[in-house]
Amino acid sequence: MSGINHLTATALPFTKANVDTDQLLPKQFLTGITKTGYGKHLFHDWRYLDLKGEQDNLDFVLNQPQYKGANILIAGKNFGCGSSREHAPWALADFGFKVILAESYADIFYSNCINNLILPITLSAAMIEYAADFVTKTPDTKIEVDLELQTVVIGERKEVFSLEQHHKVNLLSGLDSIAQSLTLQKEIARHEESLPNWLK
Amino acid sequence: MSKTLYEKLSDAHKISADSSLSGHIPADNGEYLLYIDRHLIHEVTSPQAFDGLMQNNRKVRCPEKTVATMDHSISTRSLALDACGPLNKLQLTTLVRNCDYHDVVLYPVGSDEQGIVHVMAPEMGLVLPGMTVVCGDSHTATHGAFGTLAFGIGTSEVEHVLATQTLRQSKAKSMRIKIDGQLGKGVTAKDIILAVIGTIGHAGATGCVVEYCGEVINSMSMEQRMTICNMSIEAGAKAGIIAPDETTFSYLEGRPHTPKGDDWQQAMAYWLTLHSDADATFDKDVNIDAKDILPQVTWGTNPGQVCAVSEPIPHPDNEKDPVTREAAWQALKYMQLEPGQRLTDIPISHVFIGSCTNSRIEDLRQAALVLQNKTIAKSVTAIVVPGSAAVKQQAEEEGLDDIFINAGFEWRLPGCSMCLGMNDDVLTDGQRCASTSNRNFVGRQGRGSFTHLLSPAMAAAAAIAGHFADVRNLQE
Repeated sequence: MSGINHLTATALPFTKANVDTDQLLPKQFLTGITKTGYGKHLFHDWRYLDLKGEQDNLDFVLNQPQYKGANILIAGKNFGCGSSREHAPWALADFGFKVILAESYADIFYSNCINNLILPITLSAAMIEYAADFVTKTPDTKIEVDLELQTVVIGERKEVFSLEQHHKVNLLSGLDSIAQSLTLQKEIARHEESLPNWLK
Repeated sequence: MSKTLYEKLSDAHKISADSSLSGHIPADNGEYLLYIDRHLIHEVTSPQAFDGLMQNNRKVRCPEKTVATMDHSISTRSLALDACGPLNKLQLTTLVRNCDYHDVVLYPVGSDEQGIVHVMAPEMGLVLPGMTVVCGDSHTATHGAFGTLAFGIGTSEVEHVLATQTLRQSKAKSMRIKIDGQLGKGVTAKDIILAVIGTIGHAGATGCVVEYCGEVINSMSMEQRMTICNMSIEAGAKAGIIAPDETTFSYLEGRPHTPKGDDWQQAMAYWLTLHSDADATFDKDVNIDAKDILPQVTWGTNPGQVCAVSEPIPHPDNEKDPVTREAAWQALKYMQLEPGQRLTDIPISHVFIGSCTNSRIEDLRQAALVLQNKTIAKSVTAIVVPGSAAVKQQAEEEGLDDIFINAGFEWRLPGCSMCLGMNDDVLTDGQRCASTSNRNFVGRQGRGSFTHLLSPAMAAAAAIAGHFADVRNLQE
């Protein structure tokens, strides 16, 4: 996988608080055994009027033509809470989202995003409100995200975001984290040798 | 230097000091490798992880430290793998194939050991104090009840554990929740954890490892402690832990996978050190008086939207935080409820007793005690789904199945069932369920359905009444 650094793209505003991963991808789509093809089921129960997903709910923001092709999702507080299902970020990525802007995230969802090279950016409540207002009024607005500089620019406003250094390194490099950890096989083996019988 | 239990567990599993990581991971970035002692897997979150291993020609580093079972996608009416359709079957047979290929022990449907992963693993003694335990499931926090560092992970991390027996971690914040005082009548572990989440909020412990302590926790059984730790994630916590004590040791002694003889003595000596030091400090402290906790029922669409059964549904406008206020209004709208309404006036159509939160033998005993010599309301469909084959067998030996069946419940086979409805145990539009599970999210048990979380005893009381009912009135 290649890393991400700079993105200038349009954004879709959906700032409902406490959106859980059951909403992002309902249970009936968890029976898959691959990582692909979940995009069409993203936000299924809000996006479609029927169980089968054949009738679009035109009131739902994902179905509104002015946001077609948006690569940035402006989300609400405590985004991605609940179930650990990685199917949620797989669906977001498959739909085309590369960056999420939100005031806060649930822990497991946040790690799952990083592991799928989706950049979850934490911004102030004021900046999220400003961003959502801005793209609601002018949907073709391009938001500029710079991972190296850790900045987000929307219209006249710019905000620096914080990110753990190791997450930044992983996102920028896109390196296989298992391959990196496997370079420490000797240290892992040493730990295993030191374990008492009952833990071996 | 004094340490919290979380710090002790975490430090004991760090792979080497930062210096030896240099060159691979920068020493100053706060990340370290955490060794994983026990990895639990199931059919839903493991197929893509095994697939990733195969694509990269990697093998499972320690097959003996991973244990698999089937729980999410299975029927509770039939042992046949295809009972819930071809997609569920494919997921289950993929697990069989992967475990077979990689030499991972699997307890499939129909085996004596099968069950919800968070019920069967402790029963078998697969989870021991001092361990790190992970599973591709957010309710892995359950195992913290044994003094383990246990947390849920995503599928990429499942693959990482399979390949390396480690995870990349950075230090979490710490929170201590102390529950002292005398528990009131009819108040169970479920009521306590719901009240805790109601107090600190649905995201109140995000980024934290929570340690539960105090008189009430100390006097709890292991089953009750598991219920408490299980729902840590519903407050956003990474993990919940309880220091091991005599209750823990006596639960574990003699189970199939617990250490024996000298190993038991050696393990015990270590386990006795697993507690937060007296002067250890936490990032956040919460103190709760047990006498303030009454039997709880959720009214909204996250577990923090909860109140006592005897209280009216709170008015969202009394909420100071605008985001919480708006979320409360949205929840009431979805749930088709009004502020001020009495929960005891709300009719239900379904009752579900089960899930990794409340399907253990004590949970079933509590519900059965309420149901003895009673029948459920005609308008209610009720199912009880034991957490494991062992729980089912024990309950049948005690005659609990007869009590449930005579009352009008269906007695099912073990699995996750209606907690998330990946099988055919789903609700439809407009159905309202009193559920002993852990999530009342919009549509969690079926599109357009309404979930109210409560204890097994309260679920039994609701089944009899046909609406929510205060179990204390039935226990006169």
